Amino acid sequence: MANPNGIGASVRRREDQRFLTGRGNYTDDFKRPNMTHAVHVRSPYAHARILGIDFTDALAIPGVVAVLTGADMEADKVGSLPCGWQIHSKDGSPMKEPPHYPLARDRVRYVGDAVAVVIAETREQARDAAEMVVVDYEELPAVGSSTRAIAGGAPLVHDDAPDNVCYDWHLGDQAAVDAAFANAAHVAKIDLVNQRLVPNAMEPRAAMGEYDQSTGEYTLTTTSQNPHVTRLLMGAFVLGIPEHKLRVVAPDVGGGFGSKIFHYGEEAVVTWAARKVGRPVKWTADRSESFLTDAHGRDHVSHAELAMDADGNFLALRVSTLANLGAYLSTFAPSIPTYLYATLLAGQYKTPAIYAEVKAVFTNTAPVDAYRGAGRPEACYLIERLVDVAAGVMGMDKTEIRRRNFVPKEAMPYQTPVALQYDTGDFAKNLDIALPLVDYPGFQQRRAESKARGKLRGIGFATYIEACGIAPSNVAGALGARAGLYECAEVRFHPTGSVTVFTGSHSHGQGHETTFAQIVAERFGIPIENVEIVHGDTNKIPFGMGTYGSRSLAVGGSALVKAMDKVERKAKKIAAHMLEAAETDIEVKDGRFTVAGTDKSLGIGEIALQAYVPHNFPLDELEPGLDEQAFYDPKNFTYPNGCHVCELEIDPDTGVTTIVSFAAVDDFGNVINPLIVEGQVHGGLVQGIGQALYENCVYDEESGQLVTGSYMDYCMPRADDVPSFTVRYHEDQPCTHNPLGVKGCGEAGTIGAAAAVMNAVVDALSEYGVTHMDMPATPEKVWRTIRDATPAIAAE
Amino acid sequence: MYAFTYQRPTTLADAAAAIQAEDAKLLGGGQTLLPTLKQRLARPTDLIDLGAIPELKGIREADGGLEIGAFTRHAEVAHSDLVKRVIPALSSLAEGIGDRQVRNMGTMGGSIANADPSADYPSAVVALKATVTTDRRSIAGDDFFTGMFETALEPGEIIKSVRFSRPDKAAYAKFRNPASRYAIVGVFVAKFGSEVRVAVTGAAGSVFRAEAFETALVADFRAEALNGLSVGSDGLNADIHASADYRAHLVTVMAKRAVEAAG
Repeated sequence: MANPNGIGASVRRREDQRFLTGRGNYTDDFKRPNMTHAVHVRSPYAHARILGIDFTDALAIPGVVAVLTGADMEADKVGSLPCGWQIHSKDGSPMKEPPHYPLARDRVRYVGDAVAVVIAETREQARDAAEMVVVDYEELPAVGSSTRAIAGGAPLVHDDAPDNVCYDWHLGDQAAVDAAFANAAHVAKIDLVNQRLVPNAMEPRAAMGEYDQSTGEYTLTTTSQNPHVTRLLMGAFVLGIPEHKLRVVAPDVGGGFGSKIFHYGEEAVVTWAARKVGRPVKWTADRSESFLTDAHGRDHVSHAELAMDADGNFLALRVSTLANLGAYLSTFAPSIPTYLYATLLAGQYKTPAIYAEVKAVFTNTAPVDAYRGAGRPEACYLIERLVDVAAGVMGMDKTEIRRRNFVPKEAMPYQTPVALQYDTGDFAKNLDIALPLVDYPGFQQRRAESKARGKLRGIGFATYIEACGIAPSNVAGALGARAGLYECAEVRFHPTGSVTVFTGSHSHGQGHETTFAQIVAERFGIPIENVEIVHGDTNKIPFGMGTYGSRSLAVGGSALVKAMDKVERKAKKIAAHMLEAAETDIEVKDGRFTVAGTDKSLGIGEIALQAYVPHNFPLDELEPGLDEQAFYDPKNFTYPNGCHVCELEIDPDTGVTTIVSFAAVDDFGNVINPLIVEGQVHGGLVQGIGQALYENCVYDEESGQLVTGSYMDYCMPRADDVPSFTVRYHEDQPCTHNPLGVKGCGEAGTIGAAAAVMNAVVDALSEYGVTHMDMPATPEKVWRTIRDATPAIAAE
Repeated sequence: MYAFTYQRPTTLADAAAAIQAEDAKLLGGGQTLLPTLKQRLARPTDLIDLGAIPELKGIREADGGLEIGAFTRHAEVAHSDLVKRVIPALSSLAEGIGDRQVRNMGTMGGSIANADPSADYPSAVVALKATVTTDRRSIAGDDFFTGMFETALEPGEIIKSVRFSRPDKAAYAKFRNPASRYAIVGVFVAKFGSEVRVAVTGAAGSVFRAEAFETALVADFRAEALNGLSVGSDGLNADIHASADYRAHLVTVMAKRAVEAAG
């Protein structure tokens, strides 16, 4: 009988009870006896030399315990925050990797760069004292944008990075692409900006450091998506603490979207300071600090060209991208505009030749790193905008040009010209499901009806493919990854048959405590209530690479399956012994172990009890206990894919865009929990719509000041800005190389949505001759575009 | 925030006495003041919470119009059956302020005393020929707003209530800032007999009347009467959300929509 809470069931998220009743345990909720509070002194300048720091007055503030600076860290030989991925330029030279100290030493390089930390009895006292720290700055000329960074004579962010270039990288066959363009019948071109975004997790970053003088052990409690990675990076490279003396706990975490993957300076500061002051030290960012110092996302300026034959078949794609990395290299920053971006430029199309160049530059802005989608939304946006331009060049229907160029299902597995091998996918099927959902044939009539009401209606398509579960480790290593990309799980049966799973995948909104438990309940035929999922503590979890890149189920779930395989193998041995049968005669189904052809059987619970009470155990053949661990290193990426369709209306009088409908058809492989999948898609779509219509992180180009530093100016999408979504998925194309057949769903919505919305905006404006508009399509930008395109009509 | 002394007087007289303290601040719903304090952008010695003074509360019918206590929250104005009956445009304006949380906290007196150039209520005060009653005097709505974040209030003067005249027809049309949901442009149109008032908020440093619009609407109270009219972009606000000429354009669009909504 099917488990009511097994695979495929829309089980409500078990973790929501505590979140919705205010009983979550977030980093800032932890209180320790004698705990102190840290507040950072941050640079108000984008670029300045530190001539001196005077904190005499700060020390006089009541309650102040210590004021520590970069010089103190230097004296203690604290290292630079390491970068986890090394890129090599076209000429073979390694990327420029300037040091990034937790507290700046002689220069600050972006507004918000930490200069000192004040530690006091209360947070308010620390804030009072931080205001009294006098930093003598010599302001330097700043670089507030990537285009300014490479303009001749621009100030240098790092003296050892000439022209502000971190690397100048490429991928693909340039000669083949040039040859294809030489023979092309038609060429479509586009220049576009993929604007910078602020991640805006609901819970701001926080970190608490503790040091136990009696054992010499450190504990860092932090808002992390991957505590083991933080332990490795901070312990080994920054503070010199061996793993066995450093525990990193990532308790409940209120959203990350990538921004909590990285090891941040504040984590090192509180851990180091806890020993220095001999007391626990806690820091929690306020929202202003989050805007200034969370690693931002996107920020590309690109030019792209698509060569086609006379029938609109794609022949070659040429892309040139300028990527802004910010002031320092965040943990995985170099990989985002390269191996997570250019490798996806084939999209769903069989374009035979692709060449991409990416120049990554330093600027006096917050570091840029992975943000939901991380490179893949940038790739999807570029391709899908370009394909719409190509449809215009060819005079073809936008669905037809896509269909003509899709990689056919029969071609799978398909080797792209940009390094990836797609395992599965039926792109035409996604489109076939989507078109009736949006009544595509009826669109022209709806457009006419809108026009009668004075509105402009547009429809936009985006097809996307993403690469999730970055792996395998050997391939990633060859491409510059300095970490492994496997995952670990431990499945511990307790004597009375309940189970604790220890997973290296961290949950900060994904719902692992539910989905992972469903997998275990299904496998062993036990109630979901008997399964506990534990994550986020290096002292509990054997090891883990954490959660990013939609990898948890594909990689962490696969590790879980491997561990369950081991449990089952051992349980089978125990069953054979108990049932006095040959192991080969034991059949296993839904957690029941039966001697083939008999009614002799045992449940997994009875076996677990025997494993822990081994009164009649062949101890020379069988160890007591039922507790197994597995590491899983994927054979390939997984390739979620889909088709998004957005229909919208523009009010030409104001320029306001209203999304009328949005349909998302996705292939995530097999689905464990449809309810959670739909929720992930909804959230992803809203973030993609946010980028298309609302969000924009603006720095002043010359001063490097953050202009959009609060919600007064940084516009987040809200519930009333988006329509009810139509979400469909199919399970016809399960992943072929992981045991669950899953692909991942966390980022998909964000990857497809922005392109679908912008294609619809441009479609709505097509009667004005508009072929492109950069995001976000703000009311004024849309209004101005319409006005400038219609000089004959009085502006009134 | 910095430390301050919190006071919660229960009479207007006590509040008037308390506000005499050096660097004391009156606290209404706190929707501007509290974020300002949290960001340490202000450092009052005393915060005088006006929330416990009965005479500052309530909505009454008065002289055919409405008298609304200064400590009346936006949500109360939005949901009041009396307001919906007498001046429905005022109710719908209140329903469009900020978000639900803001409406449940923010007060009318706090909003107009702060005189944020992009606040909604100033347009109603001017368009509805309001009178602002304080603990010292009455101030005509036309004279109340004197500049960006500036009013005719003297130091320590406390708003008691605002009295609005009942128009024959009125409506408020707002183009909201998508991020903050303040008004980028808000236009309140009110018709009293042969008189028409068009008050514009959000567009400039302070609420102003679009006199050319008023003249046109007196002659012909239809949206079409505003065709070709513009307040011009000189002196209008400009920021990353809207340039001055876009704001000028929106004033005409919103004025037309308000006229249409007023019927």
